[in-house]
Amino acid sequence: MIEAKHLSKQFGSKTAVDDIAFTVAKGEILGFLGPNGAGKSTTMRMLTGYLPPSQGTAVIGGCDLLDDPIGARRKIGYLPENAPVYPDMNVFDFLNFVAEIRGFTPAERKLKVPQTIEKCFLSKVTRQTVSTLSKGFKQRVCFAQSILHDPEYLILDEPTDGLDPNQKHEVRLMIREMSTQKAIILSTHILEEVESVCTRAIIIDDGRIVADDSPENLKASSPDHGAISLTVKYDDPGAPLASIQASEGVKSAVFLKSENGHLFFRAFPERGDRPIADKIVARLSQQHYAITSLFVEKGRLDEVFRRITGHCGPPNAPPDATR
Amino acid sequence: MGKIGMFNTVRAVFKRELLSYFNAPVAYVFIVIFLLLNGFFTFFISHFFDLGQADLRSFFQWHPWIYLFLVPAVAMRLWAEERRLGTLELILTLPVTVTQAILGKFLAAWVFIGVALLLTFPMVLTVFYLGQPDLGPIAMGYLGSFLMAGAFLSVGAMTSALTRSQVVSFILSVVICLFLVLAGFPPVTSVLSGWAPVWFVDLVSATSFLTHFLSMQRGVLDLRDLLYYFSVITFMLCVNGVVLQSRRTS
Repeated sequence: MIEAKHLSKQFGSKTAVDDIAFTVAKGEILGFLGPNGAGKSTTMRMLTGYLPPSQGTAVIGGCDLLDDPIGARRKIGYLPENAPVYPDMNVFDFLNFVAEIRGFTPAERKLKVPQTIEKCFLSKVTRQTVSTLSKGFKQRVCFAQSILHDPEYLILDEPTDGLDPNQKHEVRLMIREMSTQKAIILSTHILEEVESVCTRAIIIDDGRIVADDSPENLKASSPDHGAISLTVKYDDPGAPLASIQASEGVKSAVFLKSENGHLFFRAFPERGDRPIADKIVARLSQQHYAITSLFVEKGRLDEVFRRITGHCGPPNAPPDATR
Repeated sequence: MGKIGMFNTVRAVFKRELLSYFNAPVAYVFIVIFLLLNGFFTFFISHFFDLGQADLRSFFQWHPWIYLFLVPAVAMRLWAEERRLGTLELILTLPVTVTQAILGKFLAAWVFIGVALLLTFPMVLTVFYLGQPDLGPIAMGYLGSFLMAGAFLSVGAMTSALTRSQVVSFILSVVICLFLVLAGFPPVTSVLSGWAPVWFVDLVSATSFLTHFLSMQRGVLDLRDLLYYFSVITFMLCVNGVVLQSRRTS
C-alpha cells in the first residue's frame, strides 16, 4: 500500500503541494489529474524520495520514506517526467546497469534484462544508443527501467507522453495487465486515459486534492450525466420538443441543432438515478415521430475537470518547479 | 533478489561512469591533450634534455598547472550533466544513497585521470634509458600527482553539483583550484612573507596543493601529505553531498 500522509512541499514562499493525503492499495490504478503546475509531479517526486517533503511523509509498503528511504525505493518503480535515460548508453547496457543497481546478480540479470526488453517491445533496438532513439522508444526504455524489478508499487509520471496512438494503447494495456498485483499511480493530461485505465482518479489543483473518486462517479457529477441525446426526423423542432418536455421524469429539454432534416435534442432527467429514455421513446413513438438515434450521456470527465479546476489558473502561473 | 551491499552499488555507478568516459570521444581528446601538454612543458619549456638530470622533477612540476584546467574539464559534467538531462532524478530515485552515487562517480573520474597519468610512462622509460634515476622520487611523484588530481577533481565535482551549466561549473572550479594552487606558489608566498608573520605564511601555504605536492616529490611519503589530500577530497565530497541534497529541486 502507498500511503501519503499529509505531504506538503514549499519552494521558497510558494506552496507547491499542500497537505495531500491518500492511500493506494494493490489492484488499484490511481490517476493523478490536474492542470500544469498543480503539484502532480512534485507529489510523485516526494513519493519516490527525490524531493524531501517539507511536511508529512509517505509510507511505501511499510517503509517510511523518511526512516528507510532506500527500502522504500527498492519497492518502487518510477518513470520520471520526460523519461530521462543516459543518452550515451545502449538500451541493453542501460537496463543492465539499472538491474545491477537494483541488486540483481549477474545470473539474474541475464534473465531479467532480456525479459524486460521483450516485454516493452524493445527487441529491435537492444543494442542501439539511447540518443539515437525516437521519443517513443526512449519513453519505453525508461518505462522498462521502472518495471525491471517487478516492483510492487509503480509510479508513472505521464507514461504515455509523446507516444503515438498505437504505443499509447500498448502502454495502457501493459499497465492494466500489471495492475492486479501492483498499486499504480500515474499522472496524465489525457482524460480519456484516466477513463480507460484508472480505477480511481484524484484531481489536484493548486497543490490540494479537490476530487478523489472513481472516473465513473466523477463523470456522474457532470451536469450532462444521465441526460438523453436524441435525434428525430422531422422538420419543425417545436412539436417534438414539447412532447419530450411533457414526458414523465423529464426536468427540461433543449433543442440543439438541425442537420439534414434531423433534429437534435437533449433531455435532462429530474433525478439522475431515474432513467427517462423509455418514457421519452414511448411518448415520441406514440405520436409517430421517427427517432433516428438515442443515447444516454455518461457525463464527460473533461467537463468535470474544467468545472473543478477552472476557477484558478492565474495569468502568470509560476513555472513548474522542476524546470 | 541478492543482498545489496554498499560496495556493489558504488561499483555499478563506477562502472557505468567509467564506461561512459571511454565511450565518448572527449575522453580521448582529453588524454591526448594531457599527454601533449606534458610533453610540451617538459621538453620545450623545462628543456628536459639540457638539464642533464635523470629525474622527473621537470615533468612533475607542471602537473598542478595542467590539472588546473584539465581536471575541472573532466569534473564539470559529473553532476551538471545529470541535472541537465534529468537523469539525476533517475539515479537518486533508484536505491542508491547520495554517498554511493558521489563515490561511484568520483572514483570513476579519478581512475580515468589515473589512466591518463599512467600513459605518461614513456617519460619514465626515457629517464631510465638516459641514466640511473632514483625510483623513489618518481614513484612518489606519480602518487603525489594522482592524489593532487583527486583533490582537484573533488573541487570540480562539488562545483558541478552547484549548477546545471558545465561552463559555470568549470569556471568556478578553476577559480577555487587556482587559489589552492597559488597559496603555495613561491612568488605568492614570498610576497606574503614580506610582511606577514611566519606562522601565517606557513598556514597559507599548508592549505595549498602545491606545497604538499612538492614535498612528496622529494621521495618521502609523509603522512601529513596523504592526510592533507584525503581531507581535501573528503571535505569537498561532503560539500558535494550537501549541495546535492539541498539542490535537488532546482
